[in-house]
Amino acid sequence: MRTLLPCLITTLGLLAAGPASAALEVRIGYLGYTPERGPVLSNVIPEPTDAGLRGAELAIEDSNSTGRFLKHSYRLDSVEAASGAALLEQARALHESGLRLFVVNAPADSLRQLAAAMPDSLLLNAGSADDSLRTDACAPNLLHTLPSRAMLADALGQFLAARKWQRALLIPGPTADDQAYADALRRAARRFGVKIVAEKPWTFDNDQRRSAQAEMPLFTQTAEYDVVLVADERGDFGEYVPYHTWYPRPVAGTQGLTPTGWHKTVETYGAAQLQKRFEEHAKRWMNDRDFAAWIAVRSIATAANKLKSSDPAAIRQLALSAELPLDGFKGRKLSFRDWNGQLRQPIPVVQPRALVTTSPQDGFLHPVTDLDSLGYDRPESRCRLAES
Amino acid sequence: MRHLLLAATAAGFLLAGHTAVAATAYVSNEKDNNLSVIDLDKLETVATIDVGMRPRGLALSHDNKLLFICASDSDRVQVMDLASRKIVKELPSGADPEQFALHPNNKWLYISNEDDALVTVVDVDSEQVLGQIDVGVEPEGMAVSPDGKWAVNTSETTSMLHWIDTATNQLVDNTQVDQRPRHVEFSQDGKLLWASAEIGGTVTVVDVATRQPLKTLNFQIKGVHPDKVQPVGVKLTADGKYAFVALGPANHVAVVDAQTYEVLDYLLVGRRVWHMAFTPGEKQLLTTNGVSGDVSVIDVASRKVTKSIKVGRYPWGVVVTP
Repeated sequence: MRTLLPCLITTLGLLAAGPASAALEVRIGYLGYTPERGPVLSNVIPEPTDAGLRGAELAIEDSNSTGRFLKHSYRLDSVEAASGAALLEQARALHESGLRLFVVNAPADSLRQLAAAMPDSLLLNAGSADDSLRTDACAPNLLHTLPSRAMLADALGQFLAARKWQRALLIPGPTADDQAYADALRRAARRFGVKIVAEKPWTFDNDQRRSAQAEMPLFTQTAEYDVVLVADERGDFGEYVPYHTWYPRPVAGTQGLTPTGWHKTVETYGAAQLQKRFEEHAKRWMNDRDFAAWIAVRSIATAANKLKSSDPAAIRQLALSAELPLDGFKGRKLSFRDWNGQLRQPIPVVQPRALVTTSPQDGFLHPVTDLDSLGYDRPESRCRLAES
Repeated sequence: MRHLLLAATAAGFLLAGHTAVAATAYVSNEKDNNLSVIDLDKLETVATIDVGMRPRGLALSHDNKLLFICASDSDRVQVMDLASRKIVKELPSGADPEQFALHPNNKWLYISNEDDALVTVVDVDSEQVLGQIDVGVEPEGMAVSPDGKWAVNTSETTSMLHWIDTATNQLVDNTQVDQRPRHVEFSQDGKLLWASAEIGGTVTVVDVATRQPLKTLNFQIKGVHPDKVQPVGVKLTADGKYAFVALGPANHVAVVDAQTYEVLDYLLVGRRVWHMAFTPGEKQLLTTNGVSGDVSVIDVASRKVTKSIKVGRYPWGVVVTP
């Protein structure tokens, strides 16, 4: 990589009269579809409805400010659909109009359909943490910037190991997503020596806002644990577990101490500047979806800048090589795993108002990069994207 | 807070008592909103001076009488009279000033405005803004060439060096370097420009005459993952023989032969090493270590780290007066 770089470095005058720097226009489609989460019992603080899109928009602005020195311009065409079918239809319309690069914030099923429907396009998944996309489905034209559930659970698992919190009570919620998150927690527990001493599925259907104090202590009365792990992706009951556990123990997982791709409290390594730019743009805090969409657009733009081209196959190839170090404000260069197209990245582990730690934790070694101690490593995934 | 202030005042009196004979280092503590004052004979922090919010870049006037301080979150550049250690003026800097460089004419201050993708030029005497120049996203490093012809700015997210003609304050050229360029430093003769790239993990040496890269340096430290090698500050010895490169979370400073570009040594310093300054005569090099909250002292001749000096939280910039 190092030997290639000097060839790629180019100096270009700003003046429009400057010689022979071909103008480049890069069009990127943003495809958004967030299914209804159903009636959620702890909806006191609403989630933003434009998560993802705002990050993509900011990345377009950032990229254009580089682009203007090089006569490169970036444009975002965004659609927000009300159903998976509508999203597919709108994506086809954008494809028809010539777009071949897409950032997708949609569930796993939609992603599979979109990737299959547009085989000549490159899709970046900024919305689904689904592990099977990264271990079994292996769509050749799909990269992932949102961390997988396994990466999140491993980030937490390493911290539990570092703190020697080795006995856990697991509370999985009822949805398929909750089950998938619980599976990732079980896998992380096995990998990092945490014993799940009891598992109690959440089956209540009442509103914990008024009854948690009465019910939660009894519900969590099991063999003794060091930590309670909750798998409640919708935010239904998990917020009411902390402080109500039978033993006075911390709560982690989807609520309490939470692993996430991005959070307001991430500020070092220049992140404060990104947070400020985002807040000015969106008038709210940047979340993990926003970051995933931001880094997805930035990945495309960084590759297009190097290649002086918006060809999706060339961008894919460069992204899956070791020649595309990405700046994601996470303290080190980021890159895509060449087997499954997952962006390898440090994972912040946060409580609602502070960064608690960032994984990988010190001491979790890996023969290639410690970032690959998070999530499914090459031998654990069926995908071999770089070879296809 | 109160006891800090008292300590600062007390130390201030002490210093006022015997006129400063020792060389002095001033260190900006980004998270403490103050400066640590280090007596370079004792190699101890002897005073703390409160300044504006999130102080980062520091620069001295060429007569060493004034200290310019980027108070990033106060959106201004403060000017401290070093004899009285009082802020004597505040310059209109533009929003979020981070680093700056003073023109050899001792009048024009070139300031990078990190949040606004601008370089602001201020006349430090008249306190007037002479111009604002659009640059890339997150402008950071600033340097003015020894002959005063060029002001060069680095923009971190755009990964470019922007060349500003100081006669017209116009952007006339850009040099693309590796990702996240943090700092630029001209050689004493003005012929070369050294630029560090934090995420790229490299230092590019640029030929000033052509504004083209001449050489890209890489760093490999045994036992440190390459991702953690993140060059930030660069200092060149006046004789043009050596370059020192601060490698951020690699916690090392690289010593480079500035003629052959060979890396001669890696010196272990504190955690997340950021910026550096030579003591008079280039006998020692001081480094600010953000995470460990201290300053490492490197003996330049023997290339040994001889001492750590405790300062405040997140020490960032450092300058030395004789």
